[in-house]
Amino acid sequence: MSKINVTLQLNGKSVSAEVEPRTLLIHYLRENLNVTGPHIGCDTSHCGACTVDIDGKSVKSCTIFAVQAAGAEVLTIEGMAGADGKLHALQEGFREMHGLQCGYCTPGMIIRAYRLLKENPNPSDEQIRMGISGNLCRCTGYQNIVKAIQYAAAKLNGVEHKEAAE
Amino acid sequence: MNAPTDPSAIERAEKLQGMGCKRKRVEDVRFTQGRGNYVDDIKLPGMLHGDFHRSSRAHARIKSIDTSKAKAVPGVVAVLTAEELKGVNLAWMPTLAGDVQMVLADGKVLFQNQEIAFVVATDRYIAADAADLVEVEYEELPVVIDPFKAMDADAPVLREDIKDKKDGAHGPRKHYNHIFNWQIGDKDLTDAVFNKAEVATKDLLSYQRVHPCPLETCQCLVSFDKIKGEITIYGTFQAPHVIRTVVALIAGLPEHKIHVISPDIGGGFGNKVGAYPGYICSAVASIVTGLPVKWVEDRIENLSTTSFARDYHMTTEIAATRDGRVTGLRVHILADHGAFDACADPSKWPAGFANIVTGSYDFPVAHLSVDGVYTNKAPGGVAYRCSFRVTEVAYAIERAMDIMAQKLGIDPVDFRVKNFIKREQFPYQSALGWEYDSGDYHTAMQKALEATGYRKLREEQKAKQEAFKRGETRDLMGIGVAFFTEIVGAGPSKNCDILGIAMFDSAEIRVHPTGRALGRMGSKSQGQGHETTWAQIIATEIGIPADDIAIEEGNTDTAPYGLGTYGSRSTPVTGAAIAMAARKIKAKAQMIAAFMLEVHEGDLEWDVDRFRVKGNPEQFKTMTQLAWAAYNKVPPGMEPGLEAVSYYDPPNMTYPFGAYICVMDIDVDTGVHKVRRFYALDDCGTRINPMIIEGQVHGGLTEGYAIAMGQEIVYDAMGNVSGVSLMDYFLPTAVETPIWETDYTVTPSPHHPIGAKGVGESPNVGSVPCFANAVNDAFKFLGSTHIAMPHDNYRVWQAAENLGLHQ
Amino acid sequence: MIPGSFDYHRPNSLGEAVALLSSLDADARVIAGGHSLIPMMKLRLATPSHLIDLAAIGELKGVSAAGGYIVIGAMTTQHELIASDLLTARLPILKEAALLIADPQVRYLGTLGGNVANGDPGNDMPALMMCLGAVYVLRGKAGERRVAARDYYQGAYATAANPDEILIAVRIAPPPAGHGYAYEKLKRKVGDYATAAAGVILTLANGAVATCSIGLTNVAETALFADAAAQAVLGSKLDKATLARASAAAEAIASPAADGRGSAEYRRKMAGVMTARALSRAFARANG
Repeated sequence: MSKINVTLQLNGKSVSAEVEPRTLLIHYLRENLNVTGPHIGCDTSHCGACTVDIDGKSVKSCTIFAVQAAGAEVLTIEGMAGADGKLHALQEGFREMHGLQCGYCTPGMIIRAYRLLKENPNPSDEQIRMGISGNLCRCTGYQNIVKAIQYAAAKLNGVEHKEAAE
Repeated sequence: MNAPTDPSAIERAEKLQGMGCKRKRVEDVRFTQGRGNYVDDIKLPGMLHGDFHRSSRAHARIKSIDTSKAKAVPGVVAVLTAEELKGVNLAWMPTLAGDVQMVLADGKVLFQNQEIAFVVATDRYIAADAADLVEVEYEELPVVIDPFKAMDADAPVLREDIKDKKDGAHGPRKHYNHIFNWQIGDKDLTDAVFNKAEVATKDLLSYQRVHPCPLETCQCLVSFDKIKGEITIYGTFQAPHVIRTVVALIAGLPEHKIHVISPDIGGGFGNKVGAYPGYICSAVASIVTGLPVKWVEDRIENLSTTSFARDYHMTTEIAATRDGRVTGLRVHILADHGAFDACADPSKWPAGFANIVTGSYDFPVAHLSVDGVYTNKAPGGVAYRCSFRVTEVAYAIERAMDIMAQKLGIDPVDFRVKNFIKREQFPYQSALGWEYDSGDYHTAMQKALEATGYRKLREEQKAKQEAFKRGETRDLMGIGVAFFTEIVGAGPSKNCDILGIAMFDSAEIRVHPTGRALGRMGSKSQGQGHETTWAQIIATEIGIPADDIAIEEGNTDTAPYGLGTYGSRSTPVTGAAIAMAARKIKAKAQMIAAFMLEVHEGDLEWDVDRFRVKGNPEQFKTMTQLAWAAYNKVPPGMEPGLEAVSYYDPPNMTYPFGAYICVMDIDVDTGVHKVRRFYALDDCGTRINPMIIEGQVHGGLTEGYAIAMGQEIVYDAMGNVSGVSLMDYFLPTAVETPIWETDYTVTPSPHHPIGAKGVGESPNVGSVPCFANAVNDAFKFLGSTHIAMPHDNYRVWQAAENLGLHQ
Repeated sequence: MIPGSFDYHRPNSLGEAVALLSSLDADARVIAGGHSLIPMMKLRLATPSHLIDLAAIGELKGVSAAGGYIVIGAMTTQHELIASDLLTARLPILKEAALLIADPQVRYLGTLGGNVANGDPGNDMPALMMCLGAVYVLRGKAGERRVAARDYYQGAYATAANPDEILIAVRIAPPPAGHGYAYEKLKRKVGDYATAAAGVILTLANGAVATCSIGLTNVAETALFADAAAQAVLGSKLDKATLARASAAAEAIASPAADGRGSAEYRRKMAGVMTARALSRAFARANG
């Protein structure tokens, strides 16, 4: 099977690899580029562990061929922290609020939360839960993930974060 | 250990971030930046990929396997079948339960999706293509799917390899599809009690087949070094040393030439304890090709072939007096193990710790009998976040208590409280052989009742029932109660071993000259946060800040032998080993301090992070100073250095307990439920990190919710398996998952060095019966006594239909 | 998990796409959002030898109003449907239903065209298209033709489209302002296909139902236009007996498969329950 060149912007840098048309974006990232933050957790596009941000959209990278993303701007967890290493408010929030345990769903969850907060900078808990309904977690029961995202929302809005009594 | 009270001590303790603190997790630093190191993140030069061709049939003889088309695909390096494995005596492997299991199908297949051939190629896409090209000719055989029919006189023979063996690993076999019978308790006394019981209940309580389904599937990367004759195995192993022992046993390689490394693991929940064909095939492929071989299963493979959980069919009987005092418990369990008994239990316990079925109640007599059978299903089962078979029997006893309460006309809380083991009865000898270490059930239940306003909820429920009867509402309200006692922390060497190795656990702690430390343990976290919590134990014990303590797990070359992490055993066993090792260090430090301060050891007292002279507190030495002294100038006759190892053989298991209450509303016309409230009070003894405990409880409750309300691996009459992708296998999203209210009491374990019991699995043990009791409770007033799990929309609707509620 | 091999094409114009589709092998497929097709390819249930990606064809995008019709380009994503002020104002049932399809990530890429074109009985939009009397615009080598949604579905994955035709747009004459609408979808969890779902569009006259159309999802080999159920409520104010008759009429045409969502009998009954609930909600909306 002949390969084609797929070039795109990954976390602000141009990247390139020769892949088959059938190469899924998740494999392009993990295998060809050694970007192993996004993970694979299922075969049927349900779990969201592979979620990346493509041209302003949350996308399950296991359900798109790399070639379809040619020329796009792709953001993964590796691109969330600033160039100086300063963590994004979400990365900070997930740690502050114990929003992760095994860490496997975390890259996809944070990338999805990133886009969610762009869609809606002030979401209610219910809106957060709907907003992350494409990301499964087996460890946390989501409750602290919701708190983590609220923490980040407050920080990004420059507001003091008040933990909801639950 | 008493908490410090003076301000300087409190400030110093805060800096330590020791036990009791909500210390932020060390692991999060890398996980939130995509720098976790999971098995599939690891690449070795020249690495090949393996993929399986799997059986489409549930039970069939293999007439032929044609691998020629697969081998012809460019990039395919090898194709293994049972034939090739026989050459190295690995076509079969021993299971942890004393059975044997085919690694690759040998002459026949016994369950759908069973491994037949292992294709090894230069990349995973080629391996997938080639795996599809293996051609198998089957001669179909009749199947055994219903475990209740497995021992029929005319049942098909499944295990031809042991057909004539009258004895299995656990005693005599009554039938060729029978695996074991295991019994405990006084049968005659129990039968006598039932024969004269004033009131008795008897119910078949089935716990459906489910699967732990961690988000990361099982995987490994094996590299055999032909020159050194050594093998390195990276894998998703909850018990890396056990895997090393398995490899040593079956591959004939010596232990010092086997390097097993569990890197970061994306959830285990019991799925990653045992050895799977993928690991063995990868190892053989690496030996054969001389290159590293990686195997990563996909989700459907994971759910349909790696070990399932539960599938226990429990006929549960309670005898009681008319005024509500239980007098006896009699349980028979039919255990469906699938095609091979690949249970991951301690070896003398083929039914795990099912004899905890007496639960929180003072049964004067009891008897338990378990029969395991083979069927044409995936082999197993494992402890899906549940210690060993504890979730199964907790479900049985909590359902049965509710059923008896209903029969007696007593409130299910009152009936439980009436029969609780009392605080003064601890340590409590149960009628089925366990010594429960400590408990205060009445206090916990009282707290739960007050927090939820239980009595008011019952009043509300009564009013709603009347409204339903009047046709004013189509909603039913259910209140579920569960008061579980579970048994974790396997276990004492006198009765717990895995493959002959006692179930102690271990810790090695080394303090460096500048007062920083390194700890290596025999446990292996898959998300439980050991890098954070183990340091907290050490910090409190020896007064070094947790941030100055590095924790390592998972490398069999460097970690002392441990039996791994599952069954909530880490805090009870490894945690104890950590405390004991730390105390050895502290004892040596005390001698050094006495020497430096020119006093007797007995003149010193410990103050958070230092030894000080009694009555003369300005005379002190901090642990940091003592660490330096250990490498600098120790008392005459003492070795330099400051480190210790402890292998801890627990004297007993531990017995966490809890009170859970659930309020649920059910739409009778669709079967849809809504969890209005879920309150979980857990007593895990001493609490190391409340933040992590809360996270563990949230996660376990969510898994229990999924099990009770929808998870199921289904086999049809032909043995076709379904429910094995995430389309159907119920993993709730953030939308379905209820909001959890957590609470606690603290009843320390008297035999544990820090009084801790473990908590990871309690929420799964208690929540499943709590949800099931809530659903059942909703329908009780209409005459229903038992509705089986899972309580998905359809089956709840069907229960309503059966009660004639849709006229 | 790993799809089979194929050749990939990314035409820049509709003409190019049609030419490719008619000249390539019979098993060539167009790909829109890919969130129905790619999962099937990963399970190797679909093995096209060529994929024709429609993503670069500008004329397939956009939502506009012209001459009393709303025209939605086939490549409009569910996310775009939800965000469209025009659709929220004129065809609010589409937003309500789109929010019940799959999850946020899938909605970013999944398209209206992809949801209606291939005859997957599980998809939600076909029933609504039938409800709304939508017309599909098809373009093939012989040119363009239009097929009413109510005439388009022939069986599971079988439609009136020819192999060389691409569904390029959906035309809908919107119901009058203030119409009643509801999409009631019973599912096991977010992201699941419907156990049973019913879409209702209705208008009132003097407080009683004047016009009504009902579409049912995933309770037969195709989406169903429940005409008898709709007829049963005309002229009524949806009293209990009328609702029961409508439910029964919906159940009568449903023939769902038994699967993980429930028995055939349960799903059939749920078609009836969803119909009644959708009718009640639509009625309440129309009453303001």
